[in-house]
Amino acid sequence: MSETIRKRNQDTKMVPVPSTSIIPERDIDKMPVLECKHLGIDFGGLTAVEDFNLIIGKTEIAGLIGPNGAGKTTVFNLLTKVYEPTRGSVMINGIDMHGMDTVDASRHGIARTFQNIRLFSNMTVEDNVRIGLHNQVRYGMLTGILRLPGYWKKEREQHEKAMELLSLFGMQDMGDMQAGSLPYGAQRRLEIVRALATNPSLLLLDEPAAGMNPHETQELMDNIIKIRDQFQIAVMLIEHDMNLVMGICEGICVLNYGKIIAKGTAEEIQRNPVVIEAYLGKQNQAEAAEAGKEAPKA
Amino acid sequence: MNAKRKKLIYNSVTFGLVILTYVLCSVFYKDMSRALRGQLIPICCWIVMAVSLNLVVGISGELSLGHAGFMSIGAFTGIILSGWMQKGFLIEDETLRLVLAIVGGGLLAGIFGFLIGIPVLRLRGDYLAIVTLAFGEIIRNVLNCVYISVEEGGGLHFGFIQPNLPGTLLLNGPNGAVSVAKISTFLCGFILVMLALIVVLNLMNSRTGRAIMATRDNRIAAESVGINVTKYKMTAFVTAAALAGMAGALFGLNYSTLIPGKFKFDQSINVLVFVVMGGIGNTLGSVISATVLTILPEMLRDFADYRMLLYAVLLILMMLLTNTPVTRAFFGNIRGMLTRRGPQEHVEANRGTGKGGGAK
Repeated sequence: MSETIRKRNQDTKMVPVPSTSIIPERDIDKMPVLECKHLGIDFGGLTAVEDFNLIIGKTEIAGLIGPNGAGKTTVFNLLTKVYEPTRGSVMINGIDMHGMDTVDASRHGIARTFQNIRLFSNMTVEDNVRIGLHNQVRYGMLTGILRLPGYWKKEREQHEKAMELLSLFGMQDMGDMQAGSLPYGAQRRLEIVRALATNPSLLLLDEPAAGMNPHETQELMDNIIKIRDQFQIAVMLIEHDMNLVMGICEGICVLNYGKIIAKGTAEEIQRNPVVIEAYLGKQNQAEAAEAGKEAPKA
Repeated sequence: MNAKRKKLIYNSVTFGLVILTYVLCSVFYKDMSRALRGQLIPICCWIVMAVSLNLVVGISGELSLGHAGFMSIGAFTGIILSGWMQKGFLIEDETLRLVLAIVGGGLLAGIFGFLIGIPVLRLRGDYLAIVTLAFGEIIRNVLNCVYISVEEGGGLHFGFIQPNLPGTLLLNGPNGAVSVAKISTFLCGFILVMLALIVVLNLMNSRTGRAIMATRDNRIAAESVGINVTKYKMTAFVTAAALAGMAGALFGLNYSTLIPGKFKFDQSINVLVFVVMGGIGNTLGSVISATVLTILPEMLRDFADYRMLLYAVLLILMMLLTNTPVTRAFFGNIRGMLTRRGPQEHVEANRGTGKGGGAK
């Protein structure tokens, strides 16, 4: 399966677009999902992210990598409006996100998972997905309390949708289990299912493969591509597992000290001396060339 | 085990127990001692209070210490409405007055819940508890200096710190409401308990309830899936306040006099004790503990001065005893039998999930 992923990745052609960015060729006619311009945020005197420019195509799988503390999760928090940016703008599907809050960001199609899993761990797996469907299948409080006909209809609809989403990851039999009692890998998968339930156009995954074994990671890679193909959405992921990033990401963006130091395809990034320096520090030329092949895999 | 069936069994047991108790109390009403008979309506009120506070503390996860404040709003609104209808408009139909008083009490308490919720729900944890406590006290102190009287023909007079109002006084400042018509009935109390249970249990198994529980379990994750946290915390808070107001109206119309000092801070704590004893988030537990803990101090009246001391000791003993492995296994067995599965299997299943949770 890994081979097919790699092959598929090679078929993708990245094309340059204005504002110094690249998106896959197939997305060039469509409106980009995300467009960040000169995005930046300061915490007191500390500049956490500066001049962050990025375009993500409609069905692109993009990677955001960088050493620890580079500001990757801060970027996610800026995109989901956990923080209000100090400078610059974010456009989601052509809509300026200025003044929105986290709830608005979700309604406009940004869904995310968390680095340290944040499930509703006291509730069942199915209820977790149903909460994700909160804004998709709606009915009022009184309908719920009085058990009007609409309640039964919508509850069935929620159940069917939840099961359909869970079956994507083969979790349809775990619906009644308590979310907190699931194995680690399943919890990560459930978080992705919950994010998908909000019907997003951009899915942000914060270290989706953390704590997974190589076999699970492989499965995750297949699933991310499957999700992209089936839902026709864009995926942006933060990950330290370079096999995953280099395997499925079409465009990769490298962040260091809050600034983008490189953008490009997997091959370009692997060869980029600035990236190698960021990961391994300054070395003499020979060593750098030697390490270059392996560097981001570290 | 199907989670849906589990919920269904839990709900049927809760409703079944309440209905059974009501039927038994009605059948043996004549055989009960006078003291116990007098406790029936207050028990209903405290059950509603415990169930509604459980909605805030257990289901939405915010510690509120001002629940008695909403009860007193409901109580005095109910008393004034009832008195106004009786003396102002000469409505003698007691059921109509009682129902309107309860609805009015619930509405006003709900409105106050909303107004108080606006500043309070911006806070979290201990700060929220402190501010709700303060609001409970503010409500009591304001009621302490309100004078309301009614004239024939329906004219109401309000006054602060000056009792010389024309007509019949309904609310007499720190002396509270006097010569209230006692119109509360046990049937009405039972209906109110059922109403509270229906609202809370149905709410928990609906979209709104799940959103409320989501904000409790993980606020950040709830926001990230598009749940408006403040809105749902407010929903829980206002619903609980309205239910407390209704319980208050029933409570107030059960006595011929009622002073604002009755709803002090310790009443709020008392309700919180019901909720904690019954298990936070466990509605059936709230019902049972509210019943037991209302009867208990009355039964200890023989011990006169040592009553509250004994009450405290018994509370501590109950908490300790219900937490021992033996009693836990006992309740586990009962649950196992209810869900038509071997008790052993139930224990096994619990162990299995426990192991999974540790895997990180």
